[in-house]
Amino acid sequence: MTDEKKPCDPSDRDRIRVEYDRDWRRELRRSMTPKDRIRIPRQPMPQRDAFTRGRDFAEVNLGLSPEAARSEARRCLDCAAPGCISGCPVAIDIPTFIKQIERGEFAAAGRTLKTTNSLPAVCGRVCPQETQCESVCNLKRAAGVPVAIGHLERFAADFERSAASAPCCRPDPGAVKVAVVGSGPAGLTAAGELARKGYAVTVFEALHEAGGVLAYGIPEFRLPKEVLRAEVECLRGLGVEMRLNFIVGRTATLDQLRDEGFRAFFIGTGAGLPNFMKIPGENLVGVYSANEYLTRVNLMRARDFPAVDTPVPRARRAAVIGGGNVALDSVRTARRLGAEPAMIIYRRSRQEMPARIEEIKHAEEEGVEILLLTAPVCYKGDEKGRLRSMVCLRMELGAPDSSGRRRPVPIPGSEFEIEIDLAVVAVGQSPNPLLFECQPELRRGRWGTIEVEENTLAASAPGVFAGGDIVRGGATVILAMGDARRAAAGIEAYLREEHDS
Amino acid sequence: MYEILERRRLVPNLHLLRVRAPETARACRPGQFIMVMIGPDGERVPLSIADWDAVEGSVTAVFLIVGTSTQKLARLRAGDRLHVCAGPLGKPSEIAGFGTVLLVAGCYGIAALYPAARALRQAGNRLVLLADVKAGHLLYWEDRYRNLCDRIVVASRDPGAPFQEFASHAVSNVAAKEASLGRVLVSGCAYLLAAVSEATRPLGLRTIVSLNPIMVDGTGMCGACRCSIGGNTRFACVDGPDFDGHQVDWPELFRRRAAYLDDEVRSLCRFEKESLP
Ligand SMILES: Cc1cc2nc3c(=O)[nH]c(=O)nc-3n(C[C@H](O)[C@H](O)[C@H](O)COP(=O)(O)OP(=O)(O)OC[C@H]3O[C@@H](n4cnc5c(N)ncnc54)[C@H](O)[C@@H]3O)c2cc1C
Ligand SMILES: Cc1cc2nc3c(=O)[nH]c(=O)nc-3n(C[C@H](O)[C@H](O)[C@H](O)COP(=O)(O)OP(=O)(O)OC[C@H]3O[C@@H](n4cnc5c(N)ncnc54)[C@H](O)[C@@H]3O)c2cc1C
Ligand code: SF4
Ligand code: FES
Repeated sequence: MTDEKKPCDPSDRDRIRVEYDRDWRRELRRSMTPKDRIRIPRQPMPQRDAFTRGRDFAEVNLGLSPEAARSEARRCLDCAAPGCISGCPVAIDIPTFIKQIERGEFAAAGRTLKTTNSLPAVCGRVCPQETQCESVCNLKRAAGVPVAIGHLERFAADFERSAASAPCCRPDPGAVKVAVVGSGPAGLTAAGELARKGYAVTVFEALHEAGGVLAYGIPEFRLPKEVLRAEVECLRGLGVEMRLNFIVGRTATLDQLRDEGFRAFFIGTGAGLPNFMKIPGENLVGVYSANEYLTRVNLMRARDFPAVDTPVPRARRAAVIGGGNVALDSVRTARRLGAEPAMIIYRRSRQEMPARIEEIKHAEEEGVEILLLTAPVCYKGDEKGRLRSMVCLRMELGAPDSSGRRRPVPIPGSEFEIEIDLAVVAVGQSPNPLLFECQPELRRGRWGTIEVEENTLAASAPGVFAGGDIVRGGATVILAMGDARRAAAGIEAYLREEHDS
Repeated sequence: MYEILERRRLVPNLHLLRVRAPETARACRPGQFIMVMIGPDGERVPLSIADWDAVEGSVTAVFLIVGTSTQKLARLRAGDRLHVCAGPLGKPSEIAGFGTVLLVAGCYGIAALYPAARALRQAGNRLVLLADVKAGHLLYWEDRYRNLCDRIVVASRDPGAPFQEFASHAVSNVAAKEASLGRVLVSGCAYLLAAVSEATRPLGLRTIVSLNPIMVDGTGMCGACRCSIGGNTRFACVDGPDFDGHQVDWPELFRRRAAYLDDEVRSLCRFEKESLP
């Protein structure tokens, strides 16, 4: 699997060309010179101030106003050869939706998003546009600052969500049944694509809410639950059936589902198994995986304990180990639950932190401390087995490793101890092996991922396709969605061929 | 939503719960558990599967009232609905011909071991049940076991009872009378699991415990249920819940089970204040 920008396929290209040539687009292009467009400053994202937002779980970013959105949309040059689309794994017709915003046709812009992206309100909030579409926006090359595509995506999707009544359609009674395993962004996208192609889609989800990481991992201050729920409702409106509390591999195996008439499968079970560091003291009370900590707070809503029944520790001094989005979500959560200090412990330097720059900035504004070039060695507890402190080592950067990043090397004798009563380990996740116990025939890669064929994402069992984190290891929402879209095309081709033969 | 078909007190503090969950009922195997959630504000509570009926589409569990969630469960009745009933979860117990199998069960474990007893009997094993109860009137499902077991020993603290001691003390006594004892299965409160494991260790008897650490999802996604087995960290919900009792780090399990004691008391006090007159 590769992450590089895929040129969009021919049908996408035709669709985009038709829109580009419409009369209103030509007129709009002519209404303002590129020079004038370039001169318009990029609209900042309005956000709640760090002091108040650091105490609750309401959303940090507020979204653009219609005026700001139209002004931002005017910056887009509506290029003949737009870079942005090739940077989008689901090939959103970016210039079209932006120009619809410029014209004030916000609902139409939302519909444009939905033709290739089943979860635009989610993507507009959590996608790393700075490394996807915005990194290849022609305006970035011309003026240094790309169009705020992500902010505009969020704007249009939110408008559509508040205005639109969910479409209601049912698949034909005779439609071919396809099963989707896992309701993360990969599963939801596959479900949406397949439903639009006319299949009868059932999503099987182990947990009691649909969304995968979007439901249990990403906190509400970045992605409010109601945004996710609305997108899921929309899929239900397309006729997708959601079977929650259904653990494929335990409640039923793929073979049993096949016997029930499912003709093809999309596996999007994600990378849910939390990694630990295997250092002494990791099983002390007070040491959590990021998944557990975030699941308690988000999915189980433990922040409202005792009004809800699931508890979560109210730490005084919290340390989160890791430097990615997961670590930042955890530390900002701990901060909101009252931790002082709430620290990030990261073994490399700031440049290597994989988290989005925006998240790091937000975290620091909220009072999060970041300890760089530091790695934990062990945890120490009291006589009751409760976490009391953490011993760390200072690191320095040595020669680059296989990932191209400079390898952190411990400085001998630099141990120091930090007093903490909460440690959250956010050092990556592996594929959840639950499904494989009953499907040993599925060929798997080195890290326990499913091996798939590059173009169709077909796995080694007939009619089984896979995408998202289960194939890539930990990746991103939009890469998972891109996979799902290609896999849906693969499934369609597979079912046609099966039908013909 | 999962309809409750029956919720009945078996003996003081122990209740039976039978829920309509047809897909789960079709897939149950001995030693597995379900996750239930009472309402959207509830927690996910793991309960061992005590029986199932694939035809009726029902799953049965027996639970002990200990805290808020089990208090709430005990107030539900037939016709009420559970927000979640997911499963079966966990690896099934190993069922084979072991010769004689000693089942040591206390509290909810008497019910939890029943499916394994049934399957072990079918596999041709001789079965001995050693039930641990505080008092004789707390024993339940004796009738069910009578059909399966060759011998039933009740360790109760009733004055004058034949085994007036804890099951863990009675174990070696009972084991001594069994010639081809191949395995011991233990289910119930964590102290019983630990004490029986310690008692069988010097006898070299293979002892499988159904471990019950605190869980959240039950699908291997969070690591709340991690425990040290022979020095390695394992997730009880996907690698277990059955483990070799001689390999379990018991002090760690007890500490991790006590992680939320203050919160649990707070939650229970609040619940009682709101619900008791
Ligand atoms: C805290 C956190 C923050 C993140 N922030 C960002 C971000 O800002 N931007 C970004 O792009 N990416 C982010 N990511 C990464 C991103 O969320 C993932 O790459 C993405 O969710 C992967 O999608 P997926 O559909 O492959 O899997 P998942 O989202 O993991 O969903 C898998 C689903 O399958 C279910 N499942 C598993 N096994 C079974 C089974 N046997 N039967 C039934 N169901 C099963 C699981 O319960 C789960 O719901 C973040 C990840 C985390 C954990
Ligand atoms: C695999 C497994 C099977 C189980 N089977 C049964 C059963 O068949 N019958 C039965 O009565 N009990 C069973 N338990 C224990 C049961 O889950 C707990 O007693 C229950 O969750 C307590 O909830 P509460 O809110 O009433 O009590 P709380 O006040 O929340 O807790 C009381 C004590 O129960 C334990 N506990 C709390 N939450 C959990 C949790 N989420 N998971 C596990 N233990 C917890 C803790 O040690 C705690 O101190 C099982 C546990 C596991 C892990
Ligand atoms: S590359 Fe940038 S300027 Fe060009 S169409 Fe795309 S968003 Fe607009
Ligand atoms: S309960 Fe979450 S991993 Fe076992």
